Parts: sequence; structure tokens; C-alpha cells
Amino acid sequence: MATDTPVLRMRDVSKSFGAVAAVQNVSFDLYGGEAHALVGENGAGKSTLVKMLAGVHRPDSGSIELDGTPIELATPADAKAAGIAVIYQEPTLFPDLSVAENIAMGRQPLGRFKTIDRAAMHAQAEQLFARLGVSIAPNRPARGLSIADQQLVEIAKALSADARVVVMDEPTAALTGVEVERLFAVARSLRDDGAALVFISHRFEEITALCEKVTILRDGKHVSTDPLADLSVDEMVRRMVGRDLDALFPKQDVTPGAVVLSVRGLRRDPVFADIDFEVRAGEIVALAGLVGSGRSEVVQSIFGVDPRDGGTVEVGGRKLKPGSPRAAMAAGVALVPEDRRQQGLLMELSIERNVTLPRSRALSQLGFLTGSSERRSAKEWTTRLKTKYGRLSDEVGTLSGGNQQKVVLAKWLSMAPKLLIVDEPTRGIDVGTKAEVHRLMSNLAAEGVAVLMVSSELPEVLGMADRVLVMREGRLVATLDRSEATEQSVMFAATGQEVTV
Amino acid sequence: MTAVGLPGVTARRSSLDLVLRARELGIVLALALLVAVTAISNPRFLSAQSIRDILLGTAILAVLAVGQAVVVITRNIDLSVGSVLGLSAFTVGTLLRDNPGLPVVVALLVGAGVGGVCGALNGVLVRYGNVPALVVTLGTLYVVRGITYFWAGGQQINADELPAGFLDFGNATLLSVPYLVLIALLVLVVTGLVLRNYRAGRELYAMGSSPQAAKLAGIAVGRRTVVAFLVSGALAGLAGVLFAARFGTIDAAAGTGYELNVVAAVVVGGVAVFGGSGSVWGAALGALLLTTIGSALAVLEINQFWQQAIVGGLILLAIGADRLVAARVAASLKKRGSHVS
Repeated sequence: MATDTPVLRMRDVSKSFGAVAAVQNVSFDLYGGEAHALVGENGAGKSTLVKMLAGVHRPDSGSIELDGTPIELATPADAKAAGIAVIYQEPTLFPDLSVAENIAMGRQPLGRFKTIDRAAMHAQAEQLFARLGVSIAPNRPARGLSIADQQLVEIAKALSADARVVVMDEPTAALTGVEVERLFAVARSLRDDGAALVFISHRFEEITALCEKVTILRDGKHVSTDPLADLSVDEMVRRMVGRDLDALFPKQDVTPGAVVLSVRGLRRDPVFADIDFEVRAGEIVALAGLVGSGRSEVVQSIFGVDPRDGGTVEVGGRKLKPGSPRAAMAAGVALVPEDRRQQGLLMELSIERNVTLPRSRALSQLGFLTGSSERRSAKEWTTRLKTKYGRLSDEVGTLSGGNQQKVVLAKWLSMAPKLLIVDEPTRGIDVGTKAEVHRLMSNLAAEGVAVLMVSSELPEVLGMADRVLVMREGRLVATLDRSEATEQSVMFAATGQEVTV
Repeated sequence: MTAVGLPGVTARRSSLDLVLRARELGIVLALALLVAVTAISNPRFLSAQSIRDILLGTAILAVLAVGQAVVVITRNIDLSVGSVLGLSAFTVGTLLRDNPGLPVVVALLVGAGVGGVCGALNGVLVRYGNVPALVVTLGTLYVVRGITYFWAGGQQINADELPAGFLDFGNATLLSVPYLVLIALLVLVVTGLVLRNYRAGRELYAMGSSPQAAKLAGIAVGRRTVVAFLVSGALAGLAGVLFAARFGTIDAAAGTGYELNVVAAVVVGGVAVFGGSGSVWGAALGALLLTTIGSALAVLEINQFWQQAIVGGLILLAIGADRLVAARVAASLKKRGSHVS
């Protein structure tokens, strides 16, 4: 069924963002009439590869060949012209325009005087939907379509462009079982018509149901490409996570104290539900799971940045008011958010101003913030965290990622929190700084602070946490003690595989 | 083929169209009510001269509003139009004073050209400077006005210095419709058709609806942005010539504060400030409504200062109505939504 020569080849492509090598020398071939799975942990480089195919990022080196001739995919328009269609996890439609127009954008059928022939455009959309076996009205605006229907519109778009390579980046993450089946039926018919399919998913049962071949990526590098039939799920998981765990995590043994955080029946529709857990003083609890499983949303809801629809959050025995970060801060909760550029720091302000921001009231005299007390406090904390900077008055934006993260930590630690929530504490920072951040967290726990950590990095989770809570699709699916938590057990819980290794 | 396909399509479109047309309908109703009440209280409001004044005022504002709508649809804004109008009016006025033989068409083209250059400058700054349009055009608002003041140096061009042919053009009519109104209608119809029926026009809507998706769809977002500002600038320049022809007296302050009237007309006319929706027809209706209100208040002998409060109230009403309609539409679309149950 598959063609003999590859439709598309990626040869030794590499892409770096600043100092971070997202993809290094990855090669693989795509054949027409074949579905090819791309798997790997979060941050393995899948999305970067997809974006290179989509013309969003340009490879730093290496080449992409279409039918044996090298092509440049400098813009999304180039990729489109080459017959490559990408369906993203979050569909990219124009909410104000009609479904038919969304499908035809840039290729609208033209009538007299080059005007758009709307009747033909609607007929075309109707034909495509008939072929896909779905009933979406072509004239309705895209606004208000369910994610599943939006994805079908995206597929109709790919069909209308006669795409030869269709890339689906985690299309099933937000779909229900029925919707996934319908999507797969459509994907199979695309493949049988000769399109080369690239399918990205964290769910192994979907990969085995749809794909013939699988390429495994790890840390931006190509691990293997095999026919799926030759590979067991266990082996796939092992190759995905197979990393030496010898990096040193300076976790000190602490006897847990009183319960600091108690979460009961926390619910926010439709993101997560039935979340119950406790964190004790001196304990580091990790919240693990795949991106999109609802981990960040849970901690944001605990801190009060996001609202909650049900359940209670108690800190130190007292109930927290929902939706009020102020109340949470007053109760001694600190949150170091995932995206420090967007949520954790004011990039244009100085280091000292950033560090002292949450306490600006306490540090001011008669309502005025005095420079000296601000500077003294900032100096104390940046020194404790070994932050490297020129002057305290420098803009935070000028620091390296790792040092920015330290400033965020300094900002919250200076409040002496009882509960520290850290979301992806070491994302995008170098190994040396990582170790310092880890040591710091361990010290804090030893001093009796309760730490709740969200992390996608398994070694970090396993190395630091006393307990690992695993989330999948908005539910807590497993609680693993330090002794039970292994890469395999966490990954299996996170992906919904009940097999034990 | 088109003729056969159309009836079925329009039948299916009608229900949703009605919701989207509600805005235009609302303006027409408000306009009818306003005219009726004013005419009852003072019949002179419907005199030929009064109607003519309203139409001439609307023509200038509508040309500006059409240009503004093009920019707002792409999720941008052009605050410099008042200043551009002033510069264009003064340029054309000076040119005609020194060359009385110049045909009117040349004056129109020169005005549009001057405006187009200013608009292109706005567009380039927004595109390459990566600065919000609000800031860029606020800057050019002052820069362009400053240049006009510097150039004029306090002098004023009076009607008696302008060639009679040009002033006639401001008053002449074709089948009793003023030329200025015809020009405005031409601009409106052409822009409306391009926005609705041409790929380039639809891409402007797409950009405003979702900039991210537009980029991924391979739309030349940067180039289209520049073009949108160029159109807005050129139309502001054209409006400057119409201004000069209508009033005959031009100083460096011509068109000061117009930008706010224009934005008000566009918003009241149902062009969403977040881009992606609305039409130039609505914007032009908004211009007509605002001009009529100004005229009606004068006839009713209500203090002119009330006009500002009323315009402000209308803007809030328009935005409130937008939100309400959007919520209703979203709810009904959800209900109609997924066919998988």
C-alpha cells in the first residue's frame, strides 16, 4: 500500500533556540499511504519538528526533501504550496468567518472578475464534509464549534488543498472516545487515498490503532524508527525515557510534620475533578503527568489565580477563599509559575523591584517605598540564592533564564511561605542552575516548608519528590511513594497503560 | 451555475444573517426615529438645504469611516486620519491657489497621494516597528499636524483664493445628488465589494479574526497590514480634498479631532474593535447617524455640548449591544453545534 520512494524526507535537521538545542540531527522518511507515529516525552522535540514541516521554524542545518528534491519551507505559505498540512492540537481557525471560508481561505473558487464564488465555495465545503461523513453547516461561523468539529474543519482544509503530507500534532488530546474514533476513520481514509500521515500522541493505544511505523525522539535526538509491529509498548516507553538517572538530586530525608495543604474534592469544569491530596510540612510532593493533564490548572486553582467550581482548599487548617491569590498569599502560599516571562516577572523592572514586589507594602514607610530597605532585602535574598547579576538596578530581562528563575524564587521566598508551589521549576535552565534550584528546594523542605512541585521532567520528579501524584486527563490516577516511583510506573500511570514492567 | 446555487444558499443563510444585520437595522431605525422626532418639532429639518448639509457632512465622514473600517477589521486602528485630512486639504489648497487651472481630478489624486504616503508610513511603522497601531498613529497624528502648522505658519487659504471650478465641484450636483456624496458612495461600494468578494478583502477579515491563524494559513500579514493603512491614509487624503471643496476656507487646524468622530462612527456602525467582523456599510451608516444627530441637535436648539455626551452614550450602547449579541449568538451556535451527542 505504501509508496516505494519517500514522499518527504527530513535529513539531519537541527534547530536550536538560544542555547537550547530543541532538535539535533533528526532524520526520517515519510511514505505515501502510511501513518507514521512520532513519540517522545514532553520537550523531546516533536513540536519543533512539526513546526519545521509547517514552515514556522527554519532548520538551522539539514534539509527537507519532497519527492527527492530539496525544498525550502521558509513560511507557512511555502509549506502549504508543497502540500503539507498541519493540524495543531489547538485548531487555528478564524472564529468570525464561515466554516466554508475557513476551509477555502487563500484558495477560494473564483467567478467573474475574480470575485469569490460563494455558491461554489459552499458546495465545495459540503462535498468535503460529505466525504468525511460529517454534517457541519458550511455557512455557520467557526466560532462555537467544538474542538472535535474544529479539527474536522482543519482536516477538510487539508483535503481541499490536496495535501500529500498531513501532520496531526496531538489531535486527540481534547476529544472524547467517539470523536477519536470518527477522527481515526477519517485519518485512515486519508491514508488509504495515498497521503503520508504523521501522528503525534501520548496514547499508545491510539498509536497502535492507527500507525504502521513509529519514530522515537528523546531530548531532541532521534532514537529509533521501526515498524510498529516490531516494537512492544514496554520497549517504546523504555526508549522514550531511557536516560541515565545518575544526575545528583540532593534530596534530604525529612520526617514530615503537620499537614500544611489539604485539598478535598477540588473541581473545575471541564479541566479537572475529584482532586484529593495533602502536603505535609517538610514534604516535597510532585504533581506529574503529561502536558495538558491539568496539573498547572490544579495549582493555579489552589493559589486562586483560576476559579474553582467545587471542593475545598485548606492551608494550615484554615479554608482558603476561592479565586483570591491575595488570601492565598496571606495564608502563606507562594506560587512560582510555569511561564516566568509572562507570569512571574516584570521584565522591564529592576531586579530589586521584582524581588520585593509582593512585600512592597511591608517594606514601605508611611506609604512610600524607600530605596534603601528595598535594596537591603533584595540583596539578602539574591545572595542567598547565588544569583549572578551586574547591579540590582539592572532590568530583570537582561538576566539569563536560570538567574531569572532565581529572582522569581527570591521574590517568593522572601515572604517566608509555609507552602511553596513551583510549576516547572527548572524548565529551560542549564544543568548547573538546575542543581542549585534543587538544592534550594530541598533546604526549604528541611526547614519545614511544604513544597508542591509540578514537573514534566521525570528525573526531577523521581529525584526530588517524597511522593508522586500522577494526573491523567484531569484526574489523579496514582499516588506513588518514593520507593514505588520509577520512570516506568509514572509514565504508565500518566499515559494510561496498566502494564507493569 | 451561480444563479442556480444562490437561492438555496440564501435561504439557509437568512437566519444567521438576520442576527448579523441586526446592527445595521438598529441604526436605520434609530435614524428614522431621530428624523421623525426632529421633523415634527421643526419641519425645516427636512428642507432641501438641511438635508444637503447632512449629506455633505456625511460624505466626508463616511469616506474617513470606510478607510478606518478597513484598518479596524484587521485589528488595528488609525488615529492619524484627522491630521492627514488637514495636511491633504492644505496641500491641495496651496496647489490650487498657485495653479488655478488644475483640473479637479488632479486635486483629488494629489490629496489621495499625500494621504497614501502618510498611511504607508503608518503601515510600515506598525509592521516593522512591531509597535501597536494605537501608539504609532497617535505619534503620526501629532507629527503630521505639526508639519501642517509649520508649513502653514499661521496663514489661511480663503475661498476667494481658490479657483471657481473647484468650489463649484463642492456644490455641484448630478441629478440633484452632490458630487461629494457620489464620490463617497463610489468609495463605499468599491471598498465594500473588495472586502466582501475578493480574496484580499477576506484575508483582512481573517487577519483580524485570528492573527496567529492568519500567519499559519500563509497570509502575507505584514504586507496586508501596510495596504490597509495605505487605504485608510489615501481615503483620509481624499476626504481632505472634499473638505477643501466643501468649506473653501482651509487653515492648519482643518480636521482637528476628526479621528474620534471617525472611530465613533465605525464602532457605532458595528465594526468590532477586536477585528474580524463588521462592514463598511455599517461604518458609513454610523457616519450618517452621527452627522444627523449633530444636525438635529442644532435644529432642536439643544446645546451642542450635549452632542458629545450623546455620541459617547451611543458608543457604549453599541459596545453593549455587541456583547449581548455575541453572547446570544455564541449560545445558539453551541446549541446547534456538535452533531455528535
